[in-house]
Amino acid sequence: MNVKGKAIKYGHNVDTDVIIPARYLNTTDEKELASHCMEDLDKTFPSRVASANGTVMVAGRNFGCGSSREHAPLAIKAAGVSCVIAEDFARIFYRNSINIGLPIIESPEAVAGIDDGDEVEVNFDKGIVRNVTKSKEFKIAPFPPFLQAIIAAGGLLAAAEKNVLK
Amino acid sequence: MGMTMSQKILAAHCGREEVKAGEIVMARLDLVLGNDVTAPVAIKEYAKTKAPAVFDCNKIALVMDHFAPNKDIKAAEQCKIVREFAREKGITNFFDVGEMGVEHALLPEKGLVGSGDLVIGADSHTCTYGALGAFSTGVGSTDMAYGMATGTAWFKVPSAIKFVLKNKPGKWVSGKDIILHIIGMIGVNGAQYKSMEFTGDGLSHLSMDDRLCMANMAIEAGAKNGIFEVDEKTEEYEKAHGRKRTVVYKADPDAEYDRTIEIDLSAVKPTVAFPHLPENTKTIDEVGEIRIDQVVIGSCTNGRLEDFEIAAAIMKGKKVHKGCRVLIIPATQEIYLQALKKGLLEIFIDAGCAVSTPTCGPCLGGHMGILAKGERAVATTNRNFVGRMGHVESEVYLASPAVAAASAIAGKIASPDEI
Ligand code: SF4
Repeated sequence: MNVKGKAIKYGHNVDTDVIIPARYLNTTDEKELASHCMEDLDKTFPSRVASANGTVMVAGRNFGCGSSREHAPLAIKAAGVSCVIAEDFARIFYRNSINIGLPIIESPEAVAGIDDGDEVEVNFDKGIVRNVTKSKEFKIAPFPPFLQAIIAAGGLLAAAEKNVLK
Repeated sequence: MGMTMSQKILAAHCGREEVKAGEIVMARLDLVLGNDVTAPVAIKEYAKTKAPAVFDCNKIALVMDHFAPNKDIKAAEQCKIVREFAREKGITNFFDVGEMGVEHALLPEKGLVGSGDLVIGADSHTCTYGALGAFSTGVGSTDMAYGMATGTAWFKVPSAIKFVLKNKPGKWVSGKDIILHIIGMIGVNGAQYKSMEFTGDGLSHLSMDDRLCMANMAIEAGAKNGIFEVDEKTEEYEKAHGRKRTVVYKADPDAEYDRTIEIDLSAVKPTVAFPHLPENTKTIDEVGEIRIDQVVIGSCTNGRLEDFEIAAAIMKGKKVHKGCRVLIIPATQEIYLQALKKGLLEIFIDAGCAVSTPTCGPCLGGHMGILAKGERAVATTNRNFVGRMGHVESEVYLASPAVAAASAIAGKIASPDEI
């Protein structure tokens, strides 16, 4: 699996309240969630993602901390983000992302080597993050096959339905 | 290389000799838990798996505790969804009003979780069962749905922090003071992704109720799970609660830990967490004059028999401070009954406390004791986030049952020694 896009970069401790504020949790409509994604931190986020030909989100430590709401990774995915690269993730956010089919990568080196606006390519099979703009490469630990299967199927339950988990 | 207790349990449940920190594994589950808030969401998701039946109708526990007895029509509808699902799928461990209790007090008591088990629950305090030497952790609703369908879940194998407990705690020091002390020391992210493994000769001085309380709050340090080494007390507890066998996973001598922290239990003082984070701790001699409006003794953290024994010993023959509302909420029907038989409830009622049927109630600001703007409560619960027990401008101070009981009499945060 490969993804590519322009980097949008944020700092440390981006919490689930910032990703999708609690006032929008009365809906599970993905498009609506996406339209409010990140709005308390960065009002330009939805339009930047919409105008880019693919987006890779990049962030610092403890991304997705706070409540266990699955709406947070859903909003990011539905906004059109193809992958999140962070130094590390809050535990339940990490699970929830995989479970809804949002690829995420932990790599402090890649985060340090990517600036906002850089073109980024991720090759999951080879385990490589490439900063095209700066011609730099970072090695990442590849996902084991069944997690790759979950993400490729579009989430844990979709994978179960397609019977691809062995 | 050696493995930690948590790693050994994961390895055993994915049929492997060895697992390493950071690896992702698919493992077999011994129990999947949900409550009246999280199960309805998971039940909706479950339909997507197209599973013909749940993986094992005896290995799913559904507990109606958060807004039960039903607080309003919405809560009643939520419980109804779960009740109907349980009936349709033949789920044996469905606990409704009359037999339910707060889930994390109920499951160990019923012998449904025990040493060596691998448990997930759609509730962050599922980590409680680590007190018995189980690997148990909180997950999202998709995990619960998938767990019910397949009996498996995926895990990222955690690394661990080892806590070596030494010596005997002082008179009024309980598991709650020790875990608050630890969270104050390492912070609310201090154990992010990691296991907190508790060992050392100080363990022998901690009752099962102490350990359940400590494992319960591992999540408040960001941990994936908290786990205690199994000893005779664990075995006695398991036997008394109908478990057939105790499975012991000891950490290898050469197991690798990110950190080892020694805790001298004899030096821990009664500790209170100030608003609005469990890491904002002060020892009882540092708290100063904090007037309070309400005291809650209950929850999955400190709503067990020993907690009420300690509180009753302090309140016996005394009256709660005028203007202070005191709520006693036994965490299960069995604890309620024992407290009744031992005369504890009489002591509380004589003192002017209200005694409630088991429920999560005020712990999450649900019902049964919500705070108004500007009000303060001392609670034996586990979270003091903004608005956790009611109005966003109310305050929750986390404390042990001993400090809570003393505070109820004094009308301000107080040490049991002052009473
Ligand atoms: S008592 Fe509180 S912390 Fe425990 S399960 Fe209920 S709401 Fe959660």
